Amino acid sequence: MRPDLTLDIKNLRLSFRSWSGSTEVLHGIDLSVAPGERVALVGESGSGKSVTSRIVLGTMQDVRHARVSGQVTFEGTDLAKLASVERRALRGREISMIFQDPSSALNPVFRIGDLFHEVLKRRHPKISKGEARQRAAAILQDVSIADAERVLSSYSFQLSGGMNQRVMIAMALINEPRLLLADEPGTALDVTVQAQTLSLMRDLVEQKRTSVLFISHNLGVVREFADRIYVIYRGNIVEHGPTAAIFDAPQHPYTQALLSAIPRLTGGGVPDIEERSLSFNDPMISHGTDI
Amino acid sequence: MKRAIYILLSNPLSILGLVLVGLVFFCAAFADFIAPYPEHAGAVINFAFANKPPSAEYLLGTDVVGRDLLSRIIYAYQVALGMGLVVLLIAPPIGVALGLIAGYIGGWTDFVLMRITDIFLSIPPLVLALAIMGVMEPTLINAMLAVTAMWWPWYARLVYNITRGEKVEGYVLAAEVIGASKAHIMFREILPNCFPAIVTKMTLDFGYVILIASSLSFLGLGVQAPTPDLGSMVSEGTRYLPDSWWMTVFPGLAIMIAVFGFNLVGDVLRDVLEPD
Repeated sequence: MRPDLTLDIKNLRLSFRSWSGSTEVLHGIDLSVAPGERVALVGESGSGKSVTSRIVLGTMQDVRHARVSGQVTFEGTDLAKLASVERRALRGREISMIFQDPSSALNPVFRIGDLFHEVLKRRHPKISKGEARQRAAAILQDVSIADAERVLSSYSFQLSGGMNQRVMIAMALINEPRLLLADEPGTALDVTVQAQTLSLMRDLVEQKRTSVLFISHNLGVVREFADRIYVIYRGNIVEHGPTAAIFDAPQHPYTQALLSAIPRLTGGGVPDIEERSLSFNDPMISHGTDI
Repeated sequence: MKRAIYILLSNPLSILGLVLVGLVFFCAAFADFIAPYPEHAGAVINFAFANKPPSAEYLLGTDVVGRDLLSRIIYAYQVALGMGLVVLLIAPPIGVALGLIAGYIGGWTDFVLMRITDIFLSIPPLVLALAIMGVMEPTLINAMLAVTAMWWPWYARLVYNITRGEKVEGYVLAAEVIGASKAHIMFREILPNCFPAIVTKMTLDFGYVILIASSLSFLGLGVQAPTPDLGSMVSEGTRYLPDSWWMTVFPGLAIMIAVFGFNLVGDVLRDVLEPD
């Protein structure tokens, strides 16, 4: 246990019980995020990325049939030792999250301003509507929304996807969380808008020194954003190291396959890669950068 | 608001609906002023004018004891609307709360609550109301309770199904993630998204409640004489068919006007509240 780390995951296992026995989904994951660090967790669909983030948030533990073991430590506190009420208190204050589809994550019956008010009440229960509006307008400026007043008076369905994504980022960061979980942010958006909003997000977390766990299947996006990368395959971390090391000298066969899966504009079409290979199950490769 | 007015004006049937509903409410609210013979709402006996067909003096004719039918119909709307209001103030909140809880919490809670709802739904509504009325004294209050008892399961089903759909929406997950309580998510996040369907159903139901209440009193299980009630007026009148047709036809038409009006208004509200 390292109290100096924002997030420290040790030997995390998750299995689902059903009447025909139990299925293990995560086979002992180790992962850590230092204060102010941006860490990416990369893998294909179903590899266990999203459940990892849900365990950190503590929502997975409330699911019946789910068995979580191992240690998840947030700033020196073992999350398993907290009551579910205390875990809930961390969410929205110290830990917040950004989702794949920004438009559906905003309740369509409330104006953006009212949603900000609700979020701010998590940290300042007595905050007034007017004060909430001012603070929301200020943070919207930070994500390059010029006419904040109009956005605050709008409903989510009146805004574009990119606009909603910026609103989500602002909302996730307004309570100055210590850790931000970004679960495939902006995958539902088109590529240029995604790139724009991600660079806004990077600037903002850098400025506020927020630690980020960035979950994605897209190595291209991760390269721009992350300091360190963990590659996950079928519930096992197969390779981890600094971003540059992973991209320059990928060691694990799965990482190599993942890297070559990025389609290139220079031709060659979609690369021909095996879907499953025994070599993907090779032992983990670390680039020797344990923090 | 502009959009609501536009939808309203673009459909002549909706105007008709509003006019009919307005007429019914107007009659109920100002019965004392517009009824030609207000005292005929009570136990008045006037055999000299019994069984008179419609005339200038008695526009819709008189009943077997000589009371003006028009006055009695106007007063009967008070009872009918009162019935509708009470049932729709009690039944939807019960059904909505149960539907939300069952739909959102899931698991055993869902199973128990929805099976209870299913049991209520599996009994034909009128039979259920008749059974309840059979056990209890036939008074207006008990009739309201009986209709309420058969009405809430429909709201539970409606809201349950919407909740199951909304539960997987991103905003619910987002609320869970910022640590919102279950009650907050159910009543502050999901419930507002159910409102259009609930309000539309309530308006449509207003007419049906009046119809069911009339059916109950037609069978002698609702409001008791001398309080005027559309159902019991129709029932009394059938004994004198076909000679004294006005005793049955006019109260029947009065029921039809109310049900038809509320149905039309319900349709308009659905168009206004539900986008595209």
